[in-house]
Amino acid sequence: MAGPIKAKFVEKEHAVVDGVDISGHWNRMFEQRTIFEYTPELIEKIASIPNAESFANCYQCAKCVPVCPVDVVGNYGPRKLYRYAQTGMDLTEAPELWLCTTCKNCLRVCPKEVDMVKIMPAAREQAILDGKFVPAELQQAFENTAKSGNPLGQPQRKRDAWIQNAGVPIPIIKDLGRPVDVLWYVGSYPSYHPRGIDAASAAARTFTALGIDFAILGKEEKDDADSQRLAGEKGLFEMMTEYNIETFNKYEWKELVVTGPHELNAFKNVYPKYGFERPVIHYTTFLARHLDQLKPLLKHEVNVKVTYHDPCYLGRHNGEYEAPRKLLQAIPGVELVEMARNRENGYCCGGGGGGMWMDSFTQKHTKMRLSEKRAMEAASTGANVLAVACPFEVSRFEDAVKSTGNEHVTVNDILELLDKSMRGEQ
Amino acid sequence: MNIVVAIKHIPSIADELPVKGNNVDFDSVDFVLNEFDEQSIEQAVLVKEAVGGAVTVVGVDLIGELDSALHLALAKGADKAVKITADEPGADSHMQAKWLADAIKALSPDIVFTGVQASNDLDGQIGPMIAAYLDIPYIGGVSSVEASDHTATVNKEFAGGFGAKYAVTLPMVVGVQAASKPPRYAPISKVRQVAQTATIEKVVPSGEVNAGLLFKKMAPPVVTGHAEMIGGSSKEVAAKIVELLKSKGLA
Repeated sequence: MAGPIKAKFVEKEHAVVDGVDISGHWNRMFEQRTIFEYTPELIEKIASIPNAESFANCYQCAKCVPVCPVDVVGNYGPRKLYRYAQTGMDLTEAPELWLCTTCKNCLRVCPKEVDMVKIMPAAREQAILDGKFVPAELQQAFENTAKSGNPLGQPQRKRDAWIQNAGVPIPIIKDLGRPVDVLWYVGSYPSYHPRGIDAASAAARTFTALGIDFAILGKEEKDDADSQRLAGEKGLFEMMTEYNIETFNKYEWKELVVTGPHELNAFKNVYPKYGFERPVIHYTTFLARHLDQLKPLLKHEVNVKVTYHDPCYLGRHNGEYEAPRKLLQAIPGVELVEMARNRENGYCCGGGGGGMWMDSFTQKHTKMRLSEKRAMEAASTGANVLAVACPFEVSRFEDAVKSTGNEHVTVNDILELLDKSMRGEQ
Repeated sequence: MNIVVAIKHIPSIADELPVKGNNVDFDSVDFVLNEFDEQSIEQAVLVKEAVGGAVTVVGVDLIGELDSALHLALAKGADKAVKITADEPGADSHMQAKWLADAIKALSPDIVFTGVQASNDLDGQIGPMIAAYLDIPYIGGVSSVEASDHTATVNKEFAGGFGAKYAVTLPMVVGVQAASKPPRYAPISKVRQVAQTATIEKVVPSGEVNAGLLFKKMAPPVVTGHAEMIGGSSKEVAAKIVELLKSKGLA
């Protein structure tokens, strides 16, 4: 390839336009030139993948770069990816393919609607189907989901083992044998991860205290696999979707309440394409709707300064910013402070789009974890509690507050704080 | 090149192992593909990709659920799948080796891959016994294979970080410790496509053979000890470790 070729320019020695003298260098123009330095081939390669077409829309305005959470800890953003492709990077073979968390902050500001939430899964799927490099940890999460029904690789028949210690009876819809108002989809991390189980148990106690007629699927519940889809495993997602829709439709219920924003996204926004169109709601929205009944139950003061982290898939992807804040403000003693990046501009924890299972890989290509950046931001508000509403986040941020020396910040799901106020310190 | 991979379906140890009578409670445990077989499938496909030929994957169907493991192998690049319909969940390595050898003999292979061992009986006997039944050599603990027409170069691992390179004449049986590359990922869409279109050849197990092991009793291990945390400065800790090793007659 030839080196950069300097463009030639032309000047008119004498020129007057509308009475203004623009002679000499004032009218300088560049001659038409052919650009040899870069080829559009690698951009077209991505844009030719179905659903990744908008990659070619980029006109390099760079509005996406400052809002890209990965750029804050590295050198990233859609505009940069386009430029890398222009100068020789094949995205389907580059580590950059796996760094996007599909947080959607770039799309929010993009005037050309370059949609990384569609481009990345499509390009990743292509790479996986072509047998290109897939980070080993991600491969493990895919295999676990396919084999065990959850990315953690835990046995399916232990999915409801947590209910034994929840402190309240939790009905399984199959055993109940009657319609319920609420089918509560617990989710994989709340079912298996020790800190997720804390949140699930708190949710069960809260629903019970509110007198909600609810049940769970128990051993019939399997992962939503939305993050696996976004990480490029559409086939796996479709396999899980077929199973889940069939399972949901076996029973009579009015509303599906989910613990996690990723499940909300799957069931509400993606499942309709597969024929499932029934009411789905995140627990924060659901509980905010019951706020009048909930408030009298919040008897004990919880004297903490709380900052709330907006999960990308609850906020930007599904527009829910206020319900979590209403719940936190309803807790007596809680002082809510905001981080600099909040609501629409909330900073990603790094767990979305499969990032949950690529921490070791992404660490090699970034200065620090996104969760660490966010934990530092939370600590800088002076808050002593970082409140979250996504089951991916408790474990991510608990690690991050430790690794950044901010152990004085406790990480709690909103469910745990509500439970604390209902029951007092246990 | 005619390549055969012998695989083994084993009880999953993702959960605690349920015991019934003097053996595993096979009705309440999931069966999974032996981990080392994932390596041997990969090595077989790598050899095929290097020199051409076809890979046949063959396994004993112990509980009627082997198809998914065979589909996975086909999605990763195997060309043909054979299952030996034994329906005997407790069949050990001796019994499986006999059935596998009979099925493999009919395929007249140039090279047979097995996992070096499996985590259930841990005896590493399937490979050597197949080799004995077929009357061809066996090499185990293998970490890479490069084959040409009638010969192969095989890396074998020894303890202490040592390795040796062998030039071998085919046919032979190889017990794979690790493939020369990490096992590839088979996308689910491909596995499902294979599951809908592939035909799995069925073979009835032949020949009487005795089990290699007789189970007298099976029980979860009894917890007898616990880890001791040694505190103090690094010098103090080092001194305590030395003292401890001396007291056990290890230093």
